[in-house]
Amino acid sequence: MPILSVIELRKTYGDIIAVDNISFNVAKNEIVGLLGPNGAGKTTTINMILGVLEPDSGGITIDGLDIFSRRSQAVSRTNFSASYTPLPGNLTVLQNLMIFGRLYSVKNLSKRIEELLIYFDLAKFRNTKCGLLSSGEQTRVSLAKSILNSPHLLLLDEPTASLDPATASEVRLKIKEFVAKGEGGVLWTSHNMYEVEEICGRVLFLSHGKILLEGNPKTLPQEYGKKTLEELFITVAREPLTLREN
Amino acid sequence: MCFQRIFTIVLRQIYLIRGSFSRVFPLFAWIGVDMILWGFLTKYLNNVTRVDFNFVPALLGAVLLWDFFGRIMQGVTIAFFEDVWSRNFLNIFATPLLISEYVSGLILTSILTSLVGLIIMFVIAATFFHLSFFAYGLLIVPFLLVLFLFGISLGIFGSAIVLRLGPASEWFIWPIPAIISPFAGVLYPVSTLPGWMQAIAKILPPSYIFEGLRAAIRGEPVSGLSLFLAAILTLVFIFLAYRLFTMIYRNALKSGLIARYSAESVS
Repeated sequence: MPILSVIELRKTYGDIIAVDNISFNVAKNEIVGLLGPNGAGKTTTINMILGVLEPDSGGITIDGLDIFSRRSQAVSRTNFSASYTPLPGNLTVLQNLMIFGRLYSVKNLSKRIEELLIYFDLAKFRNTKCGLLSSGEQTRVSLAKSILNSPHLLLLDEPTASLDPATASEVRLKIKEFVAKGEGGVLWTSHNMYEVEEICGRVLFLSHGKILLEGNPKTLPQEYGKKTLEELFITVAREPLTLREN
Repeated sequence: MCFQRIFTIVLRQIYLIRGSFSRVFPLFAWIGVDMILWGFLTKYLNNVTRVDFNFVPALLGAVLLWDFFGRIMQGVTIAFFEDVWSRNFLNIFATPLLISEYVSGLILTSILTSLVGLIIMFVIAATFFHLSFFAYGLLIVPFLLVLFLFGISLGIFGSAIVLRLGPASEWFIWPIPAIISPFAGVLYPVSTLPGWMQAIAKILPPSYIFEGLRAAIRGEPVSGLSLFLAAILTLVFIFLAYRLFTMIYRNALKSGLIARYSAESVS
């Protein structure tokens, strides 16, 4: 059974179709890249999976639990980190992890927090307010929060967007380790195609709310006559119709 | 409902208050100022008017109860505003927290923060102005209970409005107690008001409480029916406020407002 099943999901805002009947799965120990130009429907899809946005139609299950009829149980198996949603800056690192750990009913919370503070090299910032941290440090806190409950499904919306290459590389390593040792699957959005090629086992290209392409990021460009994933991305963004014809 | 998650909302507020003087100060500062101002005013009125009427329990007691109501309402709204101010909706509503648990957490937070204010008001009023709560007898219990529940209902109502209209609309919420006050007959009998204001007073639970307060001070019996009516009206207000909040929340889930709250797309 897949960790995440998205079935014919659709969301409109007035006349604008943000997500247009998309279906996909994320399996255990799999990192799936959700790619596409700005406004393609990536964040809308992630928000629906998080249960903070109601689709017009379609279904989402996490570990077989329907996100809408059994929201609390389904959401307890997931977690997320997004570059545009930092944790409250007026609470310390420790306080934030304590609050979100309790909301996700994490067992042995204090021990788990200590492990993560060390793992993400945040121990020295435990009593520092998150708002005083650099963007890289805030991202590490957000990632620590996102794996606090050892989620079966981890949603990462451009987690490395504001990071320098060295910190971004560290973040990718942590996520790879999370997937390698656990039972979690990851849905990852990014505009960095080198990163996607390195970390994702499978990618879905979204354009105008539809899944246009799906496959292995290492072989997909060649399948569509492109040299790199970035070149393929640019074609998806500028000339999606040419790819449909293929 | 999960009590741990409800208490976590309270814990968050405790963390915030503990680390911030600007959050501790309002818990007692303005109500302290109110007690001192009205305390001396009532003392002065006692000196210059007829001797057989004591203004202290009538005016200072009324101000104390009204401040208590205001603190309760603000206790709910400020705990909610903390999520608005820190742009925390996406983080918090993406957790397993149920909306009923969230609202319960706001209410519990308000009880704790208001209790601090109530104790300080009692101490100032009793120590410096000899306000005895024995003057109201056991009626102080239903008086406080109705005002507490009405404060909760307006707190939830205010939070719902801000959720619907966006962060800037919090300025609609702060003056609500001041707007209600003239209709509720806090400082004077409702019969003093013109007809149309009396009609509004009839649907406001505090108006029955302050009428009862004045009757108790005069040594007259307090109508049990009035207290019952106040309690029923309060429960109706709480029910309607909670329904409004959940309705706006569900609508926000459909419109995407939770995820894009700071954009104030609705207002």
